[in-house]
Amino acid sequence: MQLEQFLEASASKYPEKVALVFEEERWTYSQIDRACNRLAHAFLKAGIQRGDRVVICLPNCVEAVLAVFATLKANAVFVFVNHSTKADKLTYILNNCRAVALVTWDSKLKELSGMDDGIPYTRAVFGVGAAETCSEECQRLGKTLTLVDAAVAAQGCDRPPEKRCIDLDLAALIYTSGSTGRPKGVMLSHLNMVSVATSITTYLENTADDVVVNVLPLSFDYGLYQVLMMFKVGGRVVLEQSFNYPFQLVKRLIEEEVTGLPIVPTVSALLLQLDLSKYSFPRLRYITNTAAALPTRHIKDLRRLFPRTKIYSMYGLTECKRVSYLPPDQIDVRPTSVGRGMPNEEVYIVDDAGQTVGPGVVGELVIRGSNVMKGYWELPEETEKVLKPGPFPGERVLYSGDLFRSDEEGYLYFVGRRDDIIKTRGEKVSPREVEDVIYGMDGIAEVVVIGVPDPVLGNAIKAVVSLRPGATVTDKDILNRCREKLEDFMIPKLVSFEPSLPKTQSGKISKRMIPAAK
Amino acid sequence: MEQLSNELRNFIVENFLFGQSSDFSDNDSFLKTRIIDSTGVVELISWVEESYGIRVEDDEIVPDNLDSINKLSRFIERKTCVSR
Repeated sequence: MQLEQFLEASASKYPEKVALVFEEERWTYSQIDRACNRLAHAFLKAGIQRGDRVVICLPNCVEAVLAVFATLKANAVFVFVNHSTKADKLTYILNNCRAVALVTWDSKLKELSGMDDGIPYTRAVFGVGAAETCSEECQRLGKTLTLVDAAVAAQGCDRPPEKRCIDLDLAALIYTSGSTGRPKGVMLSHLNMVSVATSITTYLENTADDVVVNVLPLSFDYGLYQVLMMFKVGGRVVLEQSFNYPFQLVKRLIEEEVTGLPIVPTVSALLLQLDLSKYSFPRLRYITNTAAALPTRHIKDLRRLFPRTKIYSMYGLTECKRVSYLPPDQIDVRPTSVGRGMPNEEVYIVDDAGQTVGPGVVGELVIRGSNVMKGYWELPEETEKVLKPGPFPGERVLYSGDLFRSDEEGYLYFVGRRDDIIKTRGEKVSPREVEDVIYGMDGIAEVVVIGVPDPVLGNAIKAVVSLRPGATVTDKDILNRCREKLEDFMIPKLVSFEPSLPKTQSGKISKRMIPAAK
Repeated sequence: MEQLSNELRNFIVENFLFGQSSDFSDNDSFLKTRIIDSTGVVELISWVEESYGIRVEDDEIVPDNLDSINKLSRFIERKTCVSR
């Protein structure tokens, strides 16, 4: 089975049912399917072939959903990039995966056309927003432009293009932060993604009656899967642009009779600041949390505010999407556990020699299942470090890089990461990537980027800087540079200056010796 | 109204754009232009409450009240009229 068949099956089963709500717009399954078919034909017309990569860089909006499914229908591979990605990193990704097409909106095109580095592989742009700006910028870039609106309005291409893929073909590349600083493309096949969606919808007991509100960006696999899974079961997605206005979410929960609410701890921190005692949410069947552990305090408060709602604590990584979930009846028994492997998946903990360890012993978590990625795009060495031989000859299993222990009954507890990746707002940030940007400024002698505990963000990003003699760089200068170069969630919340940074005996900057609380 | 808008603009430029003035208009959505993120909204609200002596109720934390300089200044004007 292929991923786009989620949409196609639901469109034939529930053609007139509203599948997607965004701001004032309501789209039925048949409307979405038809729009995706038309956009897919426009992709084919632009020369997109089986296995080609299409980069989608858009905020949460209807066009973003259409672009994902149209890419799949065109037998191509979608690469969803966070819309706050700056032009130089976007250029890197476009060139790294040799994307033949880019779907983005007017102001991002403006940013791109101001870049010195070209995007030679990308021939076609599919534009969203002001037609005139899109057209001017594409002229400057020397790319052909198709407006997504126009492609969707074009009549006569309502049938889906011929299917040429099998389920071993790639459906998506998801770029994830690596400790080396350069993002890596996680290769996911149709089989990977269909398996994951099947396992998760099984344990969440999703049905066509479900309505999920999604405030998470579609560039984040947790957000993307909300759409994939609702389309799979014939449910409805209420898509929000962001989580900037917490009460907006409360309104949506009530108005749209939402049954499923996926969150990260930052969302619950902001939601719990509101006085929700005067509202009730009788339809809300479940809340899911992943990306970072929910503080026990949040779990208690959520249980009090949503007494009839099941709370699923979960854990995962992009390389296999989801690893585990805690059955909701266990949340009061073992609130700090992230549960056990999901259906059709096996997980175990190994020591440094690769031997399985017993309860209570800390080791690396290993994942075995159809959900495990095919590897990192064109990075065989990096791939070999995480995909290692499994129980059967020729089989490969995923080494998560995360340290875990289990209890006597096999429930998993997260202990820490093997590398220094920071989790903030549920997003992974490579300290190296932020440090590289700050090192690019004049006057910087040394910089180290660390995560410091924060009640809302989980971890706040902190840059500790030492300046060259006579340099007059201020914290605002540093933040401005980060704002120019980095995605929003990577911009440090705190900057501090030190005369020099503590070193280990070998002369490397020691993160452990940095005073975090300053 | 104009003075209020200027005060708001100054706060936003100083705190969210780190002093770098930007060419966003009084009607531009903070959300769409990505000037303010979710934690920024919390900062903005506490500053508004403190500076203008008003209380922003939970159900007022919606884009209609807060998502541009114009919306925000209309909201503050409405609130300060009521509390007088």
